[in-house]
Amino acid sequence: MNGWGIVRGMWVTFRHFADTYLEDIRRGRRRYRTAEGIEQRRRSDVRGIVTVQYPEEKLPVPEEFRYLPFLVYDEGPNGEQNLRCTACGICAKACPPQCIWIVRGSDPVTGKPITAPAEFSIDIDICMNCGFCAEYCPFDAIKMDHDYEIASVNRTQQHIFNKQRLMRPASYYASIRPTNAAREEAARSAKASKKPAAEGSTN
Amino acid sequence: MSEHPLLDQQFPEWVQADARPGYGGWLVQAAHLNDVARWLRDQAGYDYLSSVTAVDYFPEDRMEVVYHLYRSTGGSALVLKVVTGREQAQVPSLTPLYPGAEFQEREVWDLLGVRFVGHPDLRRILLWEGFAGHPLRKDWREPFFEEEVKPFKSRWPEGHVRRAEDGNPYGDNLQYPPDFDPDSWQPQGEDALYAKFQRRADEGIHTDTMIVNLGPQHPSTHGVFRMVVQLEGETIVDLKPVMGYLHRNHEKIGERNTFLQNMPFTDRLDYTTSMANNFGYALAVEKLMGIQPPERAEYLRVMMAELTRIMTHLFSIGFLLNDLGAFFTPSLYAIQERELILDIFEAVSGSRMMCNYFRFGGVVRDLPEGVLEKVKELVLERLPRKIDEMDAYLTKNEIVRGRCEGVGVLTDAQAIALSASGPVLRASGVPYDVRRADPYSIYERFDFDVAVRYHGDIYDRYLLRLDEARQSLRILQQVLRDLPEGPVMNGKPQHLVRVPAGEAYGRVESPKGELGFYVVSNGKPNPLRYHVRAPSFINLTSLATMARGEKIADVVAVLGSIDIVLGEVDR
Ligand code: SF4
Ligand code: SF4
Repeated sequence: MNGWGIVRGMWVTFRHFADTYLEDIRRGRRRYRTAEGIEQRRRSDVRGIVTVQYPEEKLPVPEEFRYLPFLVYDEGPNGEQNLRCTACGICAKACPPQCIWIVRGSDPVTGKPITAPAEFSIDIDICMNCGFCAEYCPFDAIKMDHDYEIASVNRTQQHIFNKQRLMRPASYYASIRPTNAAREEAARSAKASKKPAAEGSTN
Repeated sequence: MSEHPLLDQQFPEWVQADARPGYGGWLVQAAHLNDVARWLRDQAGYDYLSSVTAVDYFPEDRMEVVYHLYRSTGGSALVLKVVTGREQAQVPSLTPLYPGAEFQEREVWDLLGVRFVGHPDLRRILLWEGFAGHPLRKDWREPFFEEEVKPFKSRWPEGHVRRAEDGNPYGDNLQYPPDFDPDSWQPQGEDALYAKFQRRADEGIHTDTMIVNLGPQHPSTHGVFRMVVQLEGETIVDLKPVMGYLHRNHEKIGERNTFLQNMPFTDRLDYTTSMANNFGYALAVEKLMGIQPPERAEYLRVMMAELTRIMTHLFSIGFLLNDLGAFFTPSLYAIQERELILDIFEAVSGSRMMCNYFRFGGVVRDLPEGVLEKVKELVLERLPRKIDEMDAYLTKNEIVRGRCEGVGVLTDAQAIALSASGPVLRASGVPYDVRRADPYSIYERFDFDVAVRYHGDIYDRYLLRLDEARQSLRILQQVLRDLPEGPVMNGKPQHLVRVPAGEAYGRVESPKGELGFYVVSNGKPNPLRYHVRAPSFINLTSLATMARGEKIADVVAVLGSIDIVLGEVDR
């Protein structure tokens, strides 16, 4: 019968429409603006409305989510900030759009290169968020951040992140990527117990 | 394998085997290319010319035009190469024999400066007339040239940062051909474009045709794309697509990059199918390196590729309905499913769309905790239901049928001749699917049917996508059943891989069609040639054939049924 196909299709639309309200009634206030509600709306058995009201509501990101890189430092007993980076340059070489710039530090007395960066800059306009730097850094010194809300008002001044801007404590890293941090920590201590004091720069 | 004819025995005078180590195929004398190709097409069954590209062997005075031919009944590629000099580079056009070469030859002319003698409409295709030179030539340099290849030496150990934009200031970031003045320039390309439309001879009453430009800014084109249509009343007499507005010379970037650095760039081709793009590129380079991923990685790859297919097909159905005027309700239903699949991609790869998940010899990481359960819920429970819902929602709808049935028809012979691939080809009655015709990865192990429909109209392309999504579910069920434990990467992850010299063509059945990567290595850390056979781009070759004789209002739906993504068309 002509028109029956349209009616059947409209029935699908109507069910979607009705589901929205039925779910709202069923779940009550918890459906919106609660972590539970957000989680519920992205489960595979979700019915009704699925949209998230950003910025009032934010989707939690998974552990592996990558946005911009940051440099990890370990906190010393007296509050020192020991950057893990050895200025080996692997991340700068691996970076596909070549947006990592590193000035290797040098010993103020001898002038010989040392294993620490004097400057470390990332042009975040160019960074393509690929995660290679974090993936191939042999010292777990650069990692991908979860913070994606980095809008700024001055494109020409504020989009090159320098060393200071890039630094984050290891505890922050462990808080956003607990599984990865724990695995790397275990690997490091296993290695350290095997051959002590064999740290050096690779090329 | 002896499945291919021995061309050097068939044509001892004209054809030679390409015996360079790492290379294969046949070197054909330019003067006899047409004879050899005609024999291959008519006598040997190679009716499908999939890819045309060229390689510049600068500083040698040598250009090679490379053709990949297939039988539409399946099998591996027969590769032909024609050598020409760099100055005055020219070879005979294969467009008269294989109309599907039309856009690809224009692209080779545009980017590499090889003339195709006998081509009906040899104009630039991705770049404009005010562009100096042919950028894929090895001696061509961009105005903001830094170094031939990455990694650039200025980044480490004395990497004093400077903004990219300062090195490339507005106004100086382009070169014009000599004797080209942008201010007094009149777009002659437009005249050349319009001149290709045939004027009707007077038939009694004098009527003239009208030319209408749809786009570049037009909501129906899903991006920045222009269709120039010649109309007789409301009926389309002829159509020419104009593209390149999003061109960034992906291939030149790819040749500056190291092999691995290209991986995240492939994400940005067809940004809705990044997993499939990764797949194709990984296959090509793995062929060159002679490595294989471990079992579990193979299954994960297939899992990601098939999830991508379901997602993209639903998405494209949704947007086809947009093009028909059912504004956004169907496409939002599709996007709802897509979001759930993207959640999986994000958890696995770290990004929803720019997945960058494949590596040579495996994948980046195993599934994080909880993801497999999500995939199971989706594949076994939700997606079958939702695909059925889409079916119930749209398939019998009288308006959809009225607008789609019998519109935009492409016959099987036309589809093959025009090198159409993917859903466009299969909806025209050609059961050609790379996963079956030339199996890669572990697709041989899975039980699934190659979806095929026979009318070649918009409606069949729509139905075919539903069929195919269901077949992908079948594959996914088998993946979930058989997924083995084990490592996901062979060897240690390395950012600089050693790739032996040679050539390789890796192709996958991406949701849009045959996605191929032709990669040539000369043993250095960067590819000598990196070419993408982009299905969205080549499928557009058949747009004019589909649109002729239809009403202007239907051309939007016809374009929607091809399902293009401009990131891939323009590269
Ligand atoms: S790879 Fe790691 S250690 Fe080496 S320069 Fe980069 S951040 Fe520093
Ligand atoms: S994420 Fe990728 S593009 Fe960004 S700095 Fe790291 S390597 Fe470079």
